[in-house]
Amino acid sequence: MTGFGDALRYLNDPLTWTRRGGVLELLGEHLAISAVAVLAAFVLAFPVGVALGSAGRGSGAVVVLSNVSRAVPTLALLTLFAVSPIGFGNRATTIALAVFAIPPILTNTFVGFRGVDADVREAARGMGMTRRQVIGRVELPLALPLVMTGVRTAAVQVVATAGLAALVGGGGLGRIVNLGFGQQDYGRIIAGAILIAALALLTELLLVLVTRLVTPGPRRGPLHRLRERTVAGQPEPTASGVPL
Amino acid sequence: MLSAGTSVLAVDAAPNPWFDGSYVADNWDTIMGYLGEHVRLTVGAVLIGAAIALPLALVARRNRLLGAAVLSLSTVVYTIPSLAMFALIFPFTGLSATTVLVGLTAYSLVILVRNFLVGLQGVPDDVQEAARGMGYGAVRRFWQIELPLALPAFMAGLRIATVSTVALTTVGVLVGHGGLGQLITGGFNANFYRAEIVTGAVGCVLLALVADVLLAGVERLLTPWARAARA
Repeated sequence: MTGFGDALRYLNDPLTWTRRGGVLELLGEHLAISAVAVLAAFVLAFPVGVALGSAGRGSGAVVVLSNVSRAVPTLALLTLFAVSPIGFGNRATTIALAVFAIPPILTNTFVGFRGVDADVREAARGMGMTRRQVIGRVELPLALPLVMTGVRTAAVQVVATAGLAALVGGGGLGRIVNLGFGQQDYGRIIAGAILIAALALLTELLLVLVTRLVTPGPRRGPLHRLRERTVAGQPEPTASGVPL
Repeated sequence: MLSAGTSVLAVDAAPNPWFDGSYVADNWDTIMGYLGEHVRLTVGAVLIGAAIALPLALVARRNRLLGAAVLSLSTVVYTIPSLAMFALIFPFTGLSATTVLVGLTAYSLVILVRNFLVGLQGVPDDVQEAARGMGYGAVRRFWQIELPLALPAFMAGLRIATVSTVALTTVGVLVGHGGLGQLITGGFNANFYRAEIVTGAVGCVLLALVADVLLAGVERLLTPWARAARA
């Protein structure tokens, strides 16, 4: 294909990366928007997930939230925030992305904390731990793999969706693809697509590794988790699994 | 009259409501046209995806190595953002609905193959053994034993695939075939016309919910025994 050669040439040009408005600047913008969005979503969703999951209440609401969020197109939400009084630009994009990052984090945190064995909780209480200590020292380590799954899903989702912001006047790496379409430049379109796809895959990979590092215990890596889940035949209890 | 501070631009003064019934009424045919394209793309992608996923899952179940390969490849495909997916298919198929259809099929395929595989693996070994002992051949075993037992997992996969495909179709605006998504970006480009954007967005969500309810109904019809057990 003609376009792929052009894409390589485009990516191989140092000026493509370093000039003003080049790949590096857009990448920085992309990562900054994504990081703020995920962090904001985590700050909002994690405490709620802990509270609900630890008390074992509100599962109906969490399931509904996770299902409805799957049906809402990301493009629609990005556009709606862009035409709201916030005005289009990076602030609207960040808010829209944060809204989208909430369901995976909330659902997974909820499921993780709810899944803590009642006997373990009971034993911790019997040892004289306070409510706070039980959550921090007993429930959190046990729920951590699922919490991290939620964060990973949310982060990958946000990094992927941030590319769409360019369709409605936002910044980030999606600009390259959008500009390419505007100029009928196949090379640029493909180059932008490769960059966005690579960024999403790297985010996934990086967070899989982080999960492995922070998860206590030998058999609680994400890969073990995945295998167990697949064999058990349980459909994923999360809002994960929505490609963006 | 045009003194500074008190003057307003015509754009600011013009009403731009979030909901406007008259917009929907006046543009009914256009909306229905986009809705039709949206439905065609979704149904096409899920059906083609299912047609490829089923044999793939059947083969992957028999071969452990192939099964692992299918699962890890599907994770990778899954992680590719839709914008990048459509942009990478675009050079081959151009500004056509085919570009969107191929991309959507890839996503529905990876969702379905996982769920199909999970469903097939969920069929207990002793049930298979019993069927074989009763003289069931491979084809008859699939239709009469495996398919009914795996049906809940299959239907769960179809529902997830359908709902996410409805949402994903909107990204097809990149090549001008995004179904109701055309209303979303169309309204954005028409000076932030909120009524059009909201019509597109709400239309997508409603379509996804209707599709989900329909598939839930089909599942109920196909698995009468599950209802009997619950009652």
